Amino acid sequence: MNAATVCPECAAPISVPADVFPNEIVQCGDCAIDLEVVALQPLSLAPAPEEEEDWGE
Amino acid sequence: MNDRAATKSPSVGMLFTRIRVEEKLLLKAFKRSGVPVTLMDDRELVLDPQGSNASLPGLVINRSMSYYRGLYATSILEDLGVLTLNRSTVNHNCGDKIKTTAALVRAGLPVPRTKIAFTLSAARESAEELGFPLVLKPVIGSWGRMVARLNDQDALEAVIEHRVFLGGSLHSVFYLQEYINKPQRDIRAFVVGRETVAAIYRYSDHWITNTARGGRTVNCPVTPEINSLATAAAEAVGGGVLAVDMLETAAGRILVNEVNHTMEFRNSIDVTGVDIPGAISDYALALLPTVELPRA
Repeated sequence: MNAATVCPECAAPISVPADVFPNEIVQCGDCAIDLEVVALQPLSLAPAPEEEEDWGE
Repeated sequence: MNDRAATKSPSVGMLFTRIRVEEKLLLKAFKRSGVPVTLMDDRELVLDPQGSNASLPGLVINRSMSYYRGLYATSILEDLGVLTLNRSTVNHNCGDKIKTTAALVRAGLPVPRTKIAFTLSAARESAEELGFPLVLKPVIGSWGRMVARLNDQDALEAVIEHRVFLGGSLHSVFYLQEYINKPQRDIRAFVVGRETVAAIYRYSDHWITNTARGGRTVNCPVTPEINSLATAAAEAVGGGVLAVDMLETAAGRILVNEVNHTMEFRNSIDVTGVDIPGAISDYALALLPTVELPRA
């Protein structure tokens, strides 16, 4: 069953799949911000870390 | 190798910054093999070079999005007797474009003509030798970030002035490269161990073809030439799990451009039909010892 909360940026309702991983990145369907799953029980989302200069592949 | 190297256990850790599609696919691949993976958040990691390896996995997959975090973490982990993939020397050779080019040149591989300069006057001189247009790249960085195509001396001087005023020593190291007028695409080959498991074309209307910048992926047949260049480039930087980026010249030559040590592959699985995360997990697990060894 999906878990639900609200977007910390725009307060839109947001749900994530039941098999979501801790620290997984999800996107808000309303404001499109990247969010990190910081806790599962209860579900908690926070804006994902900003890209830094040495990030990449 | 030091004495602690003999104490590794058959367990796997994954150093990460974010759990993206790639990390999820890798976790699922390891799970299919019945191997649990300990997640190691690079924001919370504390490494003790003088510490024990008792609580550390036997093998750590570096999936940090940060070049420096991944580089230093793998370096310390190796000193503590932990196997790493990719190894710190490989991360260094790939994450620093000057080190990459030097390694490829040492191996006799074809690369774009490249100059390195440390001052504006030296960069001007380099540009005269290379000719315009040319490409100025940051030494450290990815996803096409801060890569500039410079069409004339005015542009060169403007961008270099901006770089210098950004501050930081690395912004004043100028990596200049001839511009390759490629056919709206480049080639990325995925090397796992000694095998090129897949390759893609990355198409874009923009001269920067990174998929992170919207490039479109299409399967690229692994020809003997692509396989030979890709595996040789991977070996040149130290080997492991690597994505080798190549450019086709107007004359039909293939040049090795960059090698990526924490490759992204989400857009390459469907188009190639190759289970890239499965190939990576199989390779990683083959590196592990088969029996639990005594701890330090």
